[in-house]
Amino acid sequence: MKINLKVNGVSCESDVEPRMLLVHYLREVLSLTGTHIGCETTLCGACTVLLDGAAVKSCTLLAVQADGSEITTIEGLAKGDEYHPVQQGFWEEHGLQCGFCTPGMIMAAIQLLQRNSNPSEEEIRHGIEGNLCRCTGYQHIVQAIQYAAKRI
Amino acid sequence: MAVGKYVGTRTKRKEDPRLITGLSTYVDDIKLPGLLHVAIVRSVHAHARIKSVDTSAALKSPGVVAVVTGQDIGDKVGSVPCAAQIPGLKVPRHPVLAIGRVRYVGESIAAVIANDRYAAQDAAELVEVDYDPLPAVVDPLKALEPGSTPIHEEFKDNIAFSTKASSGDIDKAFRSAEIPIIKQRMINQRLIPMAMETRGVVAQYHPGDKNITLWSSSQIPHLLRTQVAVMIGLPENHVRVIVPEVGGGFGSKLNVYREEALLAYLAMKLGKPLKWIEGRRENFLTTIHGRDQVDDVEIAVKKDGTIIGLKLRVVADLGAYHQLLTPLIPGLTGAMIAGCYRFQNLTIDTVGVFTNKMATDAYRGAGRPEATYLIERVLDLVSAELKLDPVDVRMKNFVPSAQFPYNTPTGLTYDSANYQACFQKALDLVNYKQLREEQKKLRAQGKYMGIGISTYVEICAMGPSSGMPAGGWESATVRVEPTGKVTVFTGSSPHGQGQETTFSQIAADELGISFDDITVLHGDTAIVQYGIGTFGSRATAVGGTAVYMALQKIKEKGGKLAAHLLKTDSSDFNFEGGKVTHKADASKSIPFLDLVQSAYHAKSIPAGFEPGLDATAFFEPSNYTFPFGAHVAVVEIDPETGEIQFKRYVGVDDCGKVINPLTVHGQVHGGIAQGLGQALLEEAVYDENGQLITGTLMDYAIPKSTDLPWFELDRTETPSPVNPLGVKGVGEAGTIGSTPAIVNAVVDALAPFGVKHIDMPLRSEKIWRAIRAAG
Repeated sequence: MKINLKVNGVSCESDVEPRMLLVHYLREVLSLTGTHIGCETTLCGACTVLLDGAAVKSCTLLAVQADGSEITTIEGLAKGDEYHPVQQGFWEEHGLQCGFCTPGMIMAAIQLLQRNSNPSEEEIRHGIEGNLCRCTGYQHIVQAIQYAAKRI
Repeated sequence: MAVGKYVGTRTKRKEDPRLITGLSTYVDDIKLPGLLHVAIVRSVHAHARIKSVDTSAALKSPGVVAVVTGQDIGDKVGSVPCAAQIPGLKVPRHPVLAIGRVRYVGESIAAVIANDRYAAQDAAELVEVDYDPLPAVVDPLKALEPGSTPIHEEFKDNIAFSTKASSGDIDKAFRSAEIPIIKQRMINQRLIPMAMETRGVVAQYHPGDKNITLWSSSQIPHLLRTQVAVMIGLPENHVRVIVPEVGGGFGSKLNVYREEALLAYLAMKLGKPLKWIEGRRENFLTTIHGRDQVDDVEIAVKKDGTIIGLKLRVVADLGAYHQLLTPLIPGLTGAMIAGCYRFQNLTIDTVGVFTNKMATDAYRGAGRPEATYLIERVLDLVSAELKLDPVDVRMKNFVPSAQFPYNTPTGLTYDSANYQACFQKALDLVNYKQLREEQKKLRAQGKYMGIGISTYVEICAMGPSSGMPAGGWESATVRVEPTGKVTVFTGSSPHGQGQETTFSQIAADELGISFDDITVLHGDTAIVQYGIGTFGSRATAVGGTAVYMALQKIKEKGGKLAAHLLKTDSSDFNFEGGKVTHKADASKSIPFLDLVQSAYHAKSIPAGFEPGLDATAFFEPSNYTFPFGAHVAVVEIDPETGEIQFKRYVGVDDCGKVINPLTVHGQVHGGIAQGLGQALLEEAVYDENGQLITGTLMDYAIPKSTDLPWFELDRTETPSPVNPLGVKGVGEAGTIGSTPAIVNAVVDALAPFGVKHIDMPLRSEKIWRAIRAAG
């Protein structure tokens, strides 16, 4: 099936198998491998991207469902050498260790801050509840998002 | 080693820019021309004879290149290795694809190779396996019984090994107990490591040179290379292992797995590059599990709370086959059972049994969380029995700080510690006395607050080679490039711990140059000298020390050249501020870059001086290190629902000298989270047929952001005398310290109901039932 969408501001036209997952489309057709696959079942959040501004888990969406939409992946956040404040926050506050959950976690955090620019610790924890991290114990992630909240 | 410009300071990680932008390369991100994909057909039975494997339909499926079974491979690929050497250990054959029999759900039976991952998966569904099911051996205690069906036909029973150890006079100690012997069985449940990145392998054969390149998500690139070479029969120097970015390990990638050798062999046989990426379901079923012990303890004590003797029996469920270190893990429990305490009389019986489950092996802490959990629960059982404060009982039994180095009854020598000071700091931080007062008041109001303590010691920096199957040293090469930039090659294989940063801090301080001028490379056997890898909280204490030792060689050589260039006899120079300056005469100084260029241009070097400026060091530690700490959890339990709420979580850890407080905190946070996961949430459950019923993230609960409290951390700093950096290691500390603190807090909260012990995980339902049972 033919699909037409915009990824990180670039128009993409592709012919894909109807069963192809959005995450495989991003990773394998567009070579945007920053979006990771952690569970294939919408449970871990590693594959989170923004679809028309909303955080979605791209492992349980089909590429054809994204037809006509605008997608932002982790690769689309920095402007040259200038990181998005959430990316900067993760670096400053040691919000990552192995980095595998990080792209999805950052996308979830961006949505959280779009909805609530000054979240409490509890609201941050709630906002990233759908994204699992096995390394950090989340505390530095909370601090990374607090860092970003002050700068957005 | 003094705090330098970088060492000891909060330094942001070098690794992060590539990780926060999505530009790093994990195994699944690797693309090669003509890459084929592999899907594995896995057993649906825990124990069965394989009557036949019909691959005909799969072979006809679109895009399929080949289907390979265990019969096809036969003995062309060697057994998956086990490094354990225990007298009488039974080591079953461990094929890369099952031959004739399967012994756990998920065991690999056939490999399907196709031109994309969807086609491979489709065809894998079409492979018909005809099974003849056999009784599954699931319960480790039943596996010990004489009538238990042997899982491996070549052995008469399911006992893989049995060891006994003792120290002091246990009979006398038990006779002199002043109160009846306290006995408790404790279950240390099976856990699933669940690194966020599953395993994955890419293999590419280069027929012209008969070389293979293997990319794998591993903690041990060099050991993996040696073992895969042996398994597939290629000379070791024809195998290159590359470990790209690794998305977490926690011990689960400290191994040699079937798929690593299988893909190497198939890539060679088919002459095509192959990729296999483990699915999450496969990860639950076929990546090693952790813990899984049934532990029985008996304790003899005096009325004042002094422990005089302890008997421990460990029954360890090893699963169906041995992975690399499977039979060695339970021994670490016995080795560390004395904890921070000075009793000398003990006996330890350890039995490892085969069951129809995935192998257990090293999972963060590996044997030590079990030991710490046992002894810290014991201290609380003793306190409860004698109605003493658990703080007092601990203080009474601690090894005094003047007694270090301290020889334990289990044959270890603790390097350095001050348990009392560290514990006191935690008690002050949490305001312990006031908490006990508050607890009294709350109890009077029908509220159930619990305070749980754990004072732990762990064995780290694995380790001297005498105690390690494949050597316990680590290697480093420091190459000062002609432009004055420095490349560090480490045999450690960091996968999230941040050693690119911490090793750069060490190198920058030692050479007196900028942190930004250092690059740390690791994880490629064609680039890095032989190394051991990252596990057992060893990377900084052993690998970092190797870097430090190589730097000393550079400075020694550089000093000789500087003496020649500056016309002085002494080669005693400081490397500081980008300059190399004579220690006694500051007027004799040369920019670091000029010195480096002199070494490479070699136009004015002393006679016999080797040009260039690089050095390699292999550091062999003289002992393990023994970090320690004190964790205090404060919880409140809702008696109506059994729900636990954290009120405080305080940890004071001592990992010796700290290179980077930021990453040390990160390690402790993550460790506490995993320890909390075991205490409250996680449990791998196999049903009576050997089916893993917690085989998805829906059923196996790893901690979410909302499950965790705010960690209030502090530290004491007792340098280790074992290495010149004074560092001890911190990767596993949180996992070891947190579990007993949390369980002790919950049991303490439930004391008014007469609850003395509950087995983990302490889910609300279990707590609710314990409260109801107490009436």
